[in-house]
Amino acid sequence: MQRMIAATLREVSFYGAVAFFVVLTAFPFYWMVITSFKSNSDLYNVTNIPFWFNEAPTLEHFRYLFEQTLFVRWLLNSLIIGTCVVAITLLAALPAGYSLARLTGRGGEALGIGIFLTYLVPPTLLFLPLSRIVANLGLQNSMWSLVLVYPTFTIPFCTWLLMGFFKAMPVEIEEAAIVDGCSRFGAFIKMVIPLSLPAILTAVIFTFTLTLQEFVYALTFISSTAQKPITLGVATDLIRGDIFFWGEIMAGALIASIPVAIAYNSFLDRFIEGITGGAVK
Amino acid sequence: MVDLVEPIAAKQAPRYRFLLDRREVLGAIFVTPAILYVLLLVGVPFLLAVYYSVSAYTIYDPSWRFVGLANFRQIVQNPVFLETLGNTFLFTFASQLLGLILGKFGALLLLRPFPGRKLVRALIILPWAVPIALASVAWEWMFDSLYSVINWTLIALGVIDRAQAPNWLGNPHLAMLCVIVVNAWRFFPFAIVIFLAGITAVPQDIIDAATVDGAGFWRRNYQIILPMILPIVAIGLIFGVVFTFTDLSVVYLLTNGGPVGATSVLAFEGFQVGIVSGDVSHGAAISLFMLPVLFLVVIGMLRFIRRREI
Amino acid sequence: MAAVLARDIFKTFGELPAVDGITLTVPDGEFMVLLGPSGCGKTTFLRIVCGLERQTAGDLIIGGHVVNDVPPRARGVAMMFQSYGLYPHYTVRNNIAFPLKTQRVARAEIDRKVGWASRLLGIDHLLDRRPRQLSGGERQRVALARALVREPTALLLDEPLSNLDAKLRASARQDIKHFQQRVGVTTIYVTHDQVEAMGMGDRIAVIDHGRIRQVGTPAAIYDDPADRFVATFVGSPPMNLLARGDGYLGFRPENFLPKSMASNGNGGVTEFSFRVDRSEYLGSERIVYGVIDGFDTQVITAKLPPAHVAEESIRQGEWHTFAVRNSTLRYFGNDGKRISRH
Repeated sequence: MQRMIAATLREVSFYGAVAFFVVLTAFPFYWMVITSFKSNSDLYNVTNIPFWFNEAPTLEHFRYLFEQTLFVRWLLNSLIIGTCVVAITLLAALPAGYSLARLTGRGGEALGIGIFLTYLVPPTLLFLPLSRIVANLGLQNSMWSLVLVYPTFTIPFCTWLLMGFFKAMPVEIEEAAIVDGCSRFGAFIKMVIPLSLPAILTAVIFTFTLTLQEFVYALTFISSTAQKPITLGVATDLIRGDIFFWGEIMAGALIASIPVAIAYNSFLDRFIEGITGGAVK
Repeated sequence: MVDLVEPIAAKQAPRYRFLLDRREVLGAIFVTPAILYVLLLVGVPFLLAVYYSVSAYTIYDPSWRFVGLANFRQIVQNPVFLETLGNTFLFTFASQLLGLILGKFGALLLLRPFPGRKLVRALIILPWAVPIALASVAWEWMFDSLYSVINWTLIALGVIDRAQAPNWLGNPHLAMLCVIVVNAWRFFPFAIVIFLAGITAVPQDIIDAATVDGAGFWRRNYQIILPMILPIVAIGLIFGVVFTFTDLSVVYLLTNGGPVGATSVLAFEGFQVGIVSGDVSHGAAISLFMLPVLFLVVIGMLRFIRRREI
Repeated sequence: MAAVLARDIFKTFGELPAVDGITLTVPDGEFMVLLGPSGCGKTTFLRIVCGLERQTAGDLIIGGHVVNDVPPRARGVAMMFQSYGLYPHYTVRNNIAFPLKTQRVARAEIDRKVGWASRLLGIDHLLDRRPRQLSGGERQRVALARALVREPTALLLDEPLSNLDAKLRASARQDIKHFQQRVGVTTIYVTHDQVEAMGMGDRIAVIDHGRIRQVGTPAAIYDDPADRFVATFVGSPPMNLLARGDGYLGFRPENFLPKSMASNGNGGVTEFSFRVDRSEYLGSERIVYGVIDGFDTQVITAKLPPAHVAEESIRQGEWHTFAVRNSTLRYFGNDGKRISRH
C-alpha cells in the first residue's frame, strides 16, 4: 500500500512539474491569443476576469489591423526582406560551407571557426558604424538597408550549419562522379546540391526566421512606418501618442509569431542535427 | 621482368586547362563571397567602431579628430555608467542561471516518454522561437500598471489588495526582476534543447555500467552524465551569455531603461547615446566595453571545456 | 604497351609517407592485385592512379600519356568504390548512363551501351529501380556496369567485396573475374584478403608500409616469397619461421608433417623433434600447435589432412618426430630477405 502511495505521489509531482513548465512557457501566448479576440471594453475593465471572455469575442482588432494600419505592408516588407536575404545567404553560404567541409585542410578548420565567430559579434556594437555606412549608401530609412546587413549574421550561421551537414555526407558519391567525368564543380552541382536538399531547406527556414526575429538593426535603421518589417512594426508602431493599442498589438504579434513557431517545430530536429554534428563528437 | 617502355608521346596537359578541378583553386573561389561579405560588413564596421571610440565624431560634427582615451575616461567617470555596467552583469548572469536551472529540469522531465509529450515539446519551444520583440511586448502587457493579469491573480487569490498591487515596471527593483525573468523565460527552451541533445548523446552503455557499479540517480547524474555533457552545455552557455550581455530588445521594449536607468544595460546605453543622441564617439566607446567581458567569458569557457574534455 | 605505368611514386601526408616509392607496370588486359595489410598505402596508391589524389613525386603514365596533372575524367580510368558510390537520386539506368552523359555521347549510343553493360552483368531487369531498392549483390553489379560502360583503359577496384557477407563473397569473386576476362579490361584490384588475391590475380603486388615487397604470379608469391613479410602474409596459417643465429628457416604448415607421412621427394627431408601442445580439428583439416626442441619460445603450426593420421603421432604433450621436405625449405637472412641455399 505504501509503495502505491509513493508511486502515485511521484506521478503526481511529475505531471505537476510538467504542468508548471507548460503554464510558464505558454501563458504569455495564451494571453496574446485571448487579448486579440477580446473587445476593448472587455480588456480595459479592471473588474473583469481576465482569463476568459466576459463579453463576446470580436474580430475588431484584426479588422483594424488590416484596414487601418500598414500591417499588410509590414508583412510584405518582411516577406521581401526574407526572400532576398535567403537568396544572398544561399549564394554565399552553400559554396563556402562545401569548401570548408571538403576542399580545405587544416587552414579550412580555422577559417570555419573564424567565420562562425563573426556570428557572435554583437549587433549592438556594429549598429553604430553600420548606420553611418547605410546613410552614406543612401539606404537610410529603407528596408533595403536590412537586406544588405542581415546576411552578416545569416551567412556565418548557415555556413556553419551547412558545413556540418556536408561533412556528414559520404564523400564517395562525389568521387564517383568525378571519376565518371564531372569536374569538381560539376560534382558539386549535380550530386551534392540535389542530395542535400533537406539541409538546404533547413538553412532556408532558419535564415528566414532569423530575419523575422531581428530587432536591433531594424530599430536603428528604419523610422518611417511604411518601411518597417513586421516585428518592428508591431512592437513600436501601434501606439498613438501615449496609448498602446493592446488588442491590435497582440493580434499583430500573434499573426507574426505563428509561422515562426510552426517552422521551428517542424525543423528543430534537423537543426539539432546540424549543430551537434559539430559540437558532440 | 617487364621492362619499362618509354611513353610514345610524353603528352603533358596544358597548365591551365584543368584549373577549376584543383582543390585549392575551387576551394578558394567557393569561400570568397562569404569571406568578402564578412570582411566588408563586419570587419570594417568593427574597425570603424574602434576608431569612432577614439575620435570626437558626432553626427552633428563628423570630425575624425583623434582624442585618445578621453571618451573612455569621460564615460567611466560618469556614475550612471557604473550602474549600467552593474545592471548588465546582474541581468546577464541572473537570467542565464535561472534559464540553466529551468532548462536542466525541463530536459529531465522531457526525457521520459509520456502522453502528450510531443505537444508539450512544441509549446516549450515557443519562447525561444518567437521573435524576442513580440514576446517582450506580450510580457509588457502582462506587467501593465493597471491591467496586469499577474496583479489581478494575486488580488483574486487574496495575497494582496488593490492598493498594494505592485507597479512591476515602475519600481526599480521589480523592473530589474521582470527583465531578468523575461530573459530567462526566453533562454530556457534553448537550454532544454541543449541539455536534451547532450544527454541523449551519452552512450547508454556508460549509464548502464554506472548502474551496475551501484551508482544511484543523483550520483549517476552529477558524476557521470554532467561531466560528459559539459562541453555542449558550455557552448550553449557561451551563446546565451553573449546574446544576453549584448541584448537591448528586452530592456528597450519592457522598461526603456527605466525607471530612471534602473534597468539600463550597456547595449541600451550605447543605443541611447550613439543613435538617439547622435554622439557616435561616446556611443561607440560604451559599446566597446562589452567586448573585453565577452572575450574573457568566451576564452574562459573554452579553456574550461578543453580541460574537462574526455 | 603497358596500360598503366607508375614510376617512383611517392606520397606524403604531412610528415608521414603513405606511398614510399612504388614502381609498377601493369600490361594490357592483366588482372593485377595490390595486396597488403590495412594502412599499407595500397588504397592511397590506387587513388593516385585514379586521380583523386596527386602524388608528391613520380610519374604516372596511363595508355601512353603522362597524366600527372590530369583530372580523373581525362585519364580513361573507371573506379569501383568500397561502398559502390551509386547515385541515390538516379535510377539504375541513369547511374550506368552517367559516365557517358558527361562525355556528351549521343543518346542512341548511350542506350546501346547501357543495354550492353546491363545485359553483361545480368541487371537489365533492374534498370528502372533506385539503388535503395537493390540488394548488396545487385548494387555491386550496377557499380561494375557503370565502371565498364565507358570501356576504360584501366578498371580500378577498391576492396569491393569487403561489404558483402562471406557467402556472397565467393560468388562475387567469381563474377568479377569472369567479367574481367570477358571484357579484357586492364584491372587493378586492391584487397587485404590474401584468399581473394590468390584466387583472382594474374599477378599480385604485395605492399607493406608504402613499398612493394614482391610482384609475381600467385604461385611465385606463395612458393618463392621474396622476404619474410611476403612469406608470412600469404598463406593461412602463415609460414613457420625458425629463428636461428644466421637467419630464419621457413616452412609452410602443410609441409610440416609427422615423419611417417612426409615423403622423400628430391633432396630428402629434415627432421625435427616436435612437442604437440594443442590441436584443432576443423573438419577439412587439422591444425596442430607445438614447439620444436631447442626453440621453446616459438609456436610452430602444422596443417594435417583430416584423416590418415595416426592418433599416436600427434598425442598432446609428447615429443614426436616431424619432418619437412628439403625442397620446400626456405631460408631468410637476418635482414628479412630471402637467400638461396642448397
